[in-house]
Amino acid sequence: MSTAATTEIKPAPPVEKIKVKVDGREIEVPKTMADPISGKPIPTTMIQACELAKQEVPHYCYHPKLPVVGNCRMCLVEYGMPAMGPDRKPVLNADGSPKISKMPRPAISCATPVSPGMEIYTNTPGVKQMREGVLESLLINHPLDCPICDQAGECKLQEYSVDYGQSASRFVEAKVHKPKAVDLGPRIMLDAERCILCTRCIRFTRDIAGDDALGIVNRGSYNTIATFPGLPFDNNYTLNTVDICPVGALTSKDFRFKMRVWFLKETKSVCTSCATGCNIIIGSREEKIQRYTPRENDAVNGPWMCDAGRLNYKWIGREDRLKDVLVRGQKSTWTAALNEISDKLKKAPAGSVAIIASARQTNEELWLISKLKAKLGAISDSIPRDGKGDKILVSADKNPNTNGARLTGICFTEMGINLVKISDGIASGKIKTLIVFGENIVKRAVANEKLRERETISEVVDEHGITAELLQKLDTLIVSDILPNETTKLAHYVLPGAAHAEKRGSFTNTKGRVQKFMKAVEAPGDARAEWEFLHDLVHNVTGQNGFVTIEGLFNQMAKEVPAFNGVTWQALGDTGLTVQI
Amino acid sequence: MAQEYKLILKYADEPGYTPDIECYLRHGGYADLKKALAIAPKDLADGKKLSPQEQIREDVKISGLRGRGGAGFSCGLKWSFVDRKSGKPIYLICNADESEPGTFKDRQIMYKDPHQLIEGMAISCFANDVHLAYIYIRGEMVDGAKILNEALKEARAKNFLGKNICGGGYDLEMHVHRGAGAYICGEETGLIESLEGKRPYPRIKPPYFPAILGLWMCPTIVNNVETLCNVKHIVAMGGAAFAKLGTPNNTGTRIVSLSGHVKKPGYYEIETGKATIGELINDPKFGGGLRDGRKLKAVIPGGSSAKVFKAGEKFKLKKKDAEGKEILVETDMLDLPYDFDSLAAAGSMSGSSAIIVMDDSTDIVEALANLSEFYAHESCGQCTPCREGALWMSKTLHRLTHGEGRAADADYLVKIADNIPGGRTICAFGEACSWPVQSFVAKFKDEFVAKGAADEARHAKQVAAPVETKELAAAHH
Ligand SMILES: Cc1cc2nc3c(=O)[nH]c(=O)nc-3n(C[C@H](O)[C@H](O)[C@H](O)COP(=O)(O)O)c2cc1C
Ligand code: SF4
Ligand code: SF4
Ligand code: SF4
Ligand code: FES
Repeated sequence: MSTAATTEIKPAPPVEKIKVKVDGREIEVPKTMADPISGKPIPTTMIQACELAKQEVPHYCYHPKLPVVGNCRMCLVEYGMPAMGPDRKPVLNADGSPKISKMPRPAISCATPVSPGMEIYTNTPGVKQMREGVLESLLINHPLDCPICDQAGECKLQEYSVDYGQSASRFVEAKVHKPKAVDLGPRIMLDAERCILCTRCIRFTRDIAGDDALGIVNRGSYNTIATFPGLPFDNNYTLNTVDICPVGALTSKDFRFKMRVWFLKETKSVCTSCATGCNIIIGSREEKIQRYTPRENDAVNGPWMCDAGRLNYKWIGREDRLKDVLVRGQKSTWTAALNEISDKLKKAPAGSVAIIASARQTNEELWLISKLKAKLGAISDSIPRDGKGDKILVSADKNPNTNGARLTGICFTEMGINLVKISDGIASGKIKTLIVFGENIVKRAVANEKLRERETISEVVDEHGITAELLQKLDTLIVSDILPNETTKLAHYVLPGAAHAEKRGSFTNTKGRVQKFMKAVEAPGDARAEWEFLHDLVHNVTGQNGFVTIEGLFNQMAKEVPAFNGVTWQALGDTGLTVQI
Repeated sequence: MAQEYKLILKYADEPGYTPDIECYLRHGGYADLKKALAIAPKDLADGKKLSPQEQIREDVKISGLRGRGGAGFSCGLKWSFVDRKSGKPIYLICNADESEPGTFKDRQIMYKDPHQLIEGMAISCFANDVHLAYIYIRGEMVDGAKILNEALKEARAKNFLGKNICGGGYDLEMHVHRGAGAYICGEETGLIESLEGKRPYPRIKPPYFPAILGLWMCPTIVNNVETLCNVKHIVAMGGAAFAKLGTPNNTGTRIVSLSGHVKKPGYYEIETGKATIGELINDPKFGGGLRDGRKLKAVIPGGSSAKVFKAGEKFKLKKKDAEGKEILVETDMLDLPYDFDSLAAAGSMSGSSAIIVMDDSTDIVEALANLSEFYAHESCGQCTPCREGALWMSKTLHRLTHGEGRAADADYLVKIADNIPGGRTICAFGEACSWPVQSFVAKFKDEFVAKGAADEARHAKQVAAPVETKELAAAHH
């Protein structure tokens, strides 16, 4: 058994521990923790110690992944320190324990470092009174918009008001009015009246996204979040500010007024728009996807995701989805079609079948295809998708499972180099059957002669010579896809597949992180997860009977594919495991 | 008898004294800088050596000099906190933002005797291994900035600034930076942010103590104009001699800005603690008393943020009797020595040493409304209690002074104010905006209640009145 799989990327060197007390309970905490931006060790703060002690301290401006500014004052706590005598030695109580002297002033727990022997009090009458004061201050000028606010149900102002606030405000003055529907950028709206000025959005875009796009204008209670005049808030990460805005001040144009969040079913999944594989939550209702939001995974995306990936879900619900099994253009059934295909494949001479799989398919599916490939002596490859990456999250590789395709032997390290052989094989008549999964190959096809000319200039591997004319030479073209396209139009067999949101499975991301995802919604019509019908097909063609559950499939694959050795479906957990790639 | 003692303002108001360097040099200017640069390392009994810089810093400690910007913090101690091992440059900033209402002392120095400030700064910089310093001057003081820039030019030309100053091997550059037009720019960490080109949002401490992570995240000293000028005189006379000026723990002189209902408002330099509030108000050498026929009502002793004193208020102050025993002495507000410790013991502060005098013609509610409006406008709005509380108090006081008051507003105001100070906010502005409200209402509660009650009574009558008048009243609001 291999021990290649690990949960941690780098083992941290041991950190000195110190003892503190949180509400009377002693706990050992590391003396330093990593700075969220630089990663350098900085002193552990009270709020981190409280979190380690499982004592929640309410907070607004503090966010574990952002620089600390300490402006909301919600996290104020009282604390005590070991008393020092004039001889600079600790003063002891009668029982020999160190005497603690309570500090006269409170401290913000988000910014105050812990020190040995410190006692933190998070629930004293004094602390409660301060919190009530902060909440009252935040509410006096807050519009009570809850019935029409998108944040309702996820709002920290609502939540803390119930938990820590006082019921009635004394405020009898006129509220401050601010702009209610400010178009901050192409994807973001601001309701300045709802904003509690925690500056999380400002810090995120400046310190994480690297785009110093937001700031505050005006003074005092009139302070308002704003962009520079004429410069919209528009980078590929803007929607993260909606996630971290503790109130309903920032809303996603895509999601606002769509739905009450408590109606959403939440499913753990992975973004498929690039090889990074950001962890996401799919919010769906009645079999319709309403939104993606990032799911925290420090080994991959932290708590963030890019806007492009987040908004790339609408195709799943498209009306023109492939819903029927088609045999030569006629509606058929899975049994009939798979039987016919199996018969054909069983009779196919070795070397007459080629397979173009997709690096958007799951590890399990690609592995099943590799079994078919072995049995048929088929040549295989898949289609690279190159685009632009950035230094934050986005990978230039737009396939979510390039490494899965490599590790299961569907393609070589350089994906796409077999495509030439396939087009030549079809042209020469050697290849008579082509199976295509999830790739509209015609789209990137360029007539072979032209392509060769071009290849001398640049290494365009995502273009290939498998044109519509070539496909028409085939005896059998089997295409499984999700949406109709030029290739499915040419197919003799169309097998409607399922989007990742409609099935379970796993991907291997660009760094070798194997991550599983769950099913959020049902596939439309007769569409089925590819692994399900692939399982049947492999059984029919090879006689091998594998597992009919995704767990079983994955575990079997992990035994057979060296890179996955030692990994199990269960061990993947919610955030995956990293394997050697 | 109390009298003026002119140390800092020795020449400034002399006829014929001009801000140019020639005049300054004629009056012995820059001799103390030369003296400082010429100090030799001192051998200590234990074989160690004290560098010239350490000697000056030690002397500043001995002098007992306390900050003149507001908090009265020991200057020597502040300098001792500076992180000298970080390997980063150390900066010095002169806080010349002077914006505390009632305060007009720093500008006397800058406008009339700019070289004294530059010399004081240069010595302070030398003592702290600073090679780049800034004068952050209040934006509104346009002429002050011009005068200082002119003075810096002159000083550079005469090699009191620049490379190898006076041949002593020490380099120093100094720049004037005009402030951004907000009171909060005077708060030292807000000032640093502003100097860095940002909104003057005060920084949280920890971790951003200026002495460790100040300007550009480097160790930084921020001192008031008057404080830095004093350093020159400490070098001139020696720390021990300086400490003999004033009273113990309240050494040196202070320039008091006296304003309000006195016959002779103005600025008066005194030995700290050697004149009482009463003398400053009434003595012909100082304020010359109230206007004829008026009685004293209230005094704000240390700039508008300081807690107000009510005429006739008495305090129990600790004093040593003839045998050195501590006794409590009942002291009238007017008999409080004007120093740091006595005013603190009386529950207020000498702050920026600005005394605002109010006689019996003052509507105390109006006076507080005026102050509150200032604070509501000047809160930077960064932290919740101050941002919302400052405007809330101001709105309440506006209502109370515009015929919409309630008898309950007095308590209401105090409750709002109580939610702001005491470590709940990022900077001391939280105290600055709430102390006036707390103290005015505590000491003049009757007037607040009466005003609110009168409004309520009038409204009750209007409700009972015929429809036309009601409509008229409504149209009015
Ligand atoms: C709201 C606020 C405004 C301030 N404004 C000034 C100012 O205008 N000038 C000044 O010297 N200090 C001001 N201070 C005090 C400074 O923060 C700082 O304590 C002072 O510059 C230190 O100098 P010192 O030690 O020489 O007094 C202000 C403080 C606060 C909280
Ligand atoms: S918009 Fe939201 S995140 Fe930004 S400052 Fe306001 S409350 Fe905070
Ligand atoms: S970075 Fe890639 S994986 Fe992450 S959200 Fe964007 S497209 Fe999806
Ligand atoms: S206390 Fe007031 S002035 Fe100071 S940081 Fe907070 S909001 Fe700004
Ligand atoms: S969480 Fe806002 S001040 Fe600490």
